[in-house]
Amino acid sequence: MVKSNPEFLIERKDNIYEVVIGLEVHAQVTSNSKLFSSSSTKFGAEPNTQVSLVDAAFPGMLPVINEFCVKQAIKTGIGLRAEINKRSVFDRKNYFYSDLPQGYQISQFKYPIVGEGTVVLDMPDGQKEVGIERLHLEQDAGKSIHDMDPKNTLVDLNRSGVALMEIVSKPDLRTPDEVSAYIKKLRSIMRYLDTCDGNMQEGSLRADVNVSVRLKDSKKLGTRCEIKNVNSIKFMQMAINYEANRQVDLIEEGKSIDQETRLFDTKKNETRSMRSKEDAHDYRYFPDPDLLPLEVTDEFVEKLKADIPELPDDKKKRFIDEFKVSAYEATILVSDIETAKYFEEVVAKMGKNRDMKLAVNWITGELFAVLNNKNLEISQSPISAKNLAKLINLIKNGTISGKIAKTIFELMMDGDKDPQIIVEEKGLKQQSDPKALEALIDKIIDDNREKAIEYKNGKEKLFGFFVGQAMKVSGGKANPQLINEILKKKL
Amino acid sequence: MMSDITSQSLTSLVKNIKDKKLSSEEITKAFVDRSEKSKELNSYITEDFSNAIKKAKKFDQSPNLDLKLPGIPMAVKDLFCTKNLRTTAGSKILENFIPTYESTVTQNIWNEGSILLGKLNCDEFAMGSSNETSFYGNVQNPIDKDLVPGGSSGGSASAVSGQLTPITIGTDTGGSIRQPASFTGTVGLKPTYGSCSRYGIVAFASSLDQAGPMAQNVEDCALLQEVISTYDTKDSTSIEFKRNHYSKELNKDIKGKKIGIPKEYRVEGMPKEIEELWQKGIQYAKDCGAEIIDISLPHTSYALPTYYIVAPAEASSNLARYDGVKYGFRAKGENLIDMYEKTRSEGFGAEVQRRIMIGTYVLSSGYYDAYYLKAQKVRKLIKNDFDEAYKKVDAILTPSTPSSAFKIGEKKDDPVSMYLNDIFTVPVNLAGLPAMSIPAGHDANGYPLGLQIIGKAFDEQGILNISYAMEDKINFKNKITDWWIK
Repeated sequence: MVKSNPEFLIERKDNIYEVVIGLEVHAQVTSNSKLFSSSSTKFGAEPNTQVSLVDAAFPGMLPVINEFCVKQAIKTGIGLRAEINKRSVFDRKNYFYSDLPQGYQISQFKYPIVGEGTVVLDMPDGQKEVGIERLHLEQDAGKSIHDMDPKNTLVDLNRSGVALMEIVSKPDLRTPDEVSAYIKKLRSIMRYLDTCDGNMQEGSLRADVNVSVRLKDSKKLGTRCEIKNVNSIKFMQMAINYEANRQVDLIEEGKSIDQETRLFDTKKNETRSMRSKEDAHDYRYFPDPDLLPLEVTDEFVEKLKADIPELPDDKKKRFIDEFKVSAYEATILVSDIETAKYFEEVVAKMGKNRDMKLAVNWITGELFAVLNNKNLEISQSPISAKNLAKLINLIKNGTISGKIAKTIFELMMDGDKDPQIIVEEKGLKQQSDPKALEALIDKIIDDNREKAIEYKNGKEKLFGFFVGQAMKVSGGKANPQLINEILKKKL
Repeated sequence: MMSDITSQSLTSLVKNIKDKKLSSEEITKAFVDRSEKSKELNSYITEDFSNAIKKAKKFDQSPNLDLKLPGIPMAVKDLFCTKNLRTTAGSKILENFIPTYESTVTQNIWNEGSILLGKLNCDEFAMGSSNETSFYGNVQNPIDKDLVPGGSSGGSASAVSGQLTPITIGTDTGGSIRQPASFTGTVGLKPTYGSCSRYGIVAFASSLDQAGPMAQNVEDCALLQEVISTYDTKDSTSIEFKRNHYSKELNKDIKGKKIGIPKEYRVEGMPKEIEELWQKGIQYAKDCGAEIIDISLPHTSYALPTYYIVAPAEASSNLARYDGVKYGFRAKGENLIDMYEKTRSEGFGAEVQRRIMIGTYVLSSGYYDAYYLKAQKVRKLIKNDFDEAYKKVDAILTPSTPSSAFKIGEKKDDPVSMYLNDIFTVPVNLAGLPAMSIPAGHDANGYPLGLQIIGKAFDEQGILNISYAMEDKINFKNKITDWWIK
């Protein structure tokens, strides 16, 4: 249903509604130690083994900012083409919870480290710009475990104090597909920058989704509901779909929408009210007196800028210009930094007489299929870029046919074998000697006299039969182009 | 013999140790014995006497006499976290809390050879001006029975004044070193904000808290300041600046120093004897060769209300960590919220609860701008007042407190009159400046009265020198009868 409605408009009786979506993404900063302490951030350690006195908020303990995390946030800001604020302030967000040892979370409220920016989405019908409102640094809380002990809640503080970047979008998204593209693009940028691994299973990337609906063509924003902590793209899309329809139903019934925080129940596929606006916490934000305002110099930012690698949008542009691939192909190739690297290596190894079309097709076709099947990242590819380039060159220079290449590709997977060697060992070289092929075809026509006559009398479909016979007799090695030419002449 | 030891100044004890006339064990035992006889003062919350004697013996085995506090015993305010020794902050909520770490300030002290005697009583979380909010009971002022020693560093002031420790450290958020020093006839220094690390000190109001020395005289105070003031990367508000050898550079020559007298400190209803003390102080300063200049600090009257917004606001957040979840006291509850409510109602005393409520209120949405934000703006104006004044003068002279020490229970149920005690001291904390209180006279009852010398930021040496010079002229003698020793 979601897919068949690319515009994602919701229709009821006489009204058509548009859905307005904004995301607050929490991205865990890639760093060895926490935002304000030197504890490790490694995922999956035994509970409460990565907790310092600062993380557990012992009396008299003070936070000290981790400069690396500040750099990571600024780099991400640069990747989002955003304004970097030279002065930002850490505030305390006050609330009580068992996994929040300080009784407050150190966050940035009024003065975030990164201001407005832009993310470009590549949608099937063209590009779409999504505004970034801000990016700020904050501490993660610990984890409350409610289902391990029948009477008590257990608390694991390993995550307490880990640095998060909260990236807030403007309400510029309109469809679940755009949400998916937005998350993927954010993740791609942060992986290029190595500022967040984007691993949603491990919770390195989570999002709160703000959803509202309005009549199509209306300019006024409707009342929004915030869906908390949705941790997969699929669930985000399901939650948006449910929530938008729920809101439209309420409006159609003449009821109003309450601004509230809702939870998505993945089992029932529905959102449920968590707390209303009236019950909303009063977080009593104020500047953390234990920390001075964070000030960075132009020089500091410029130095980081100089270290920024080529980002997906620029890479895409270069791939189109330099390698003459289509926009669509470029989008696929740059979406993941490792894919882009692999592609560029293949291109380099193909040498002067390179064939981009073949390279793209083989990577996005055969190779992706294999990786998908084996559940491998491209960095773990069983076939190296160097050998894939060789294989493509063998096709390009006519040594083998595309069909034989597929056979060789299968064989290459066993220990990243050199395709040239496979060709020699198995005698798979393409037969391109016109005289030999003519003899072969003469014999086939001879053996199939009746069919040849039928063909001549107009049954053109039989041409394929002769091609098939020729390939069969040659063991697939015959040059298909030559076969076509000779057959046309002889028949 | 014993009182010969305990009545000595720190400087004299250090000299006797270095001259090998006294051993650390002799000194430590003398202070332990006197402390044992002084239980009625209730200066200590936690004693560590047998350990102290052990450490003293160990020191004597191979004494390092190059240290600044060689084998000198010292009790400290129970707001400093001390490794393996209970640290309560005067609160029930930390009744059984034993830190696994040491505050930077106390670590600096032990690094110079000093030996911990025990932890001194204080107002709960340093919130109070009479030591009456402590969960561990009232502290007696050695000056007279049932007289408060001031607060919040009441146990510290009482212990120095009563000679249970040769010297001590307190913390000062709005006057908590200077006011008790004034009430007990001792010397107290609140350093510039950022001079002493706050790492390991139980926080009250982070932007105001500062540790400082309390002593019998200015020279001792200078020596201890020299030891405790260090730049510390574990405290983001610690400031890197050139720290003097305060004791070595101590100098009585203050000729030509310009000392400002702020007219706004002449508050309504101030007792005559305080005004007289101030005039005497001005004369002493003149006698020392200082030049007296009338100045104005126009926003002074807003300091107290500003302080009572900023300090509770920060405290309400700083004290959120005492929730019964991780350490300290926990009451049984039906669920998490119930546990929080019971733990914090039973664990915190009335004054702490009052300040948490005030602080929570002034930070609440809808009130933040009117209270907290406005207070921050006024704080800036108060700081600007001082900046302006310091274009004309080197230091400022005021009374330390608007009255002498009062009786236990006298102001307990009148928080506003209690808060007024801090009227001369809080502007200094709001501006982050250094200031000292030195004893300068007595009231009609023979209770001590103090004068406050406020300095420019980082000019601890300047006010130590002025205090040192004036101390000589004042020639103050504390009238202590040892009434509590039977």
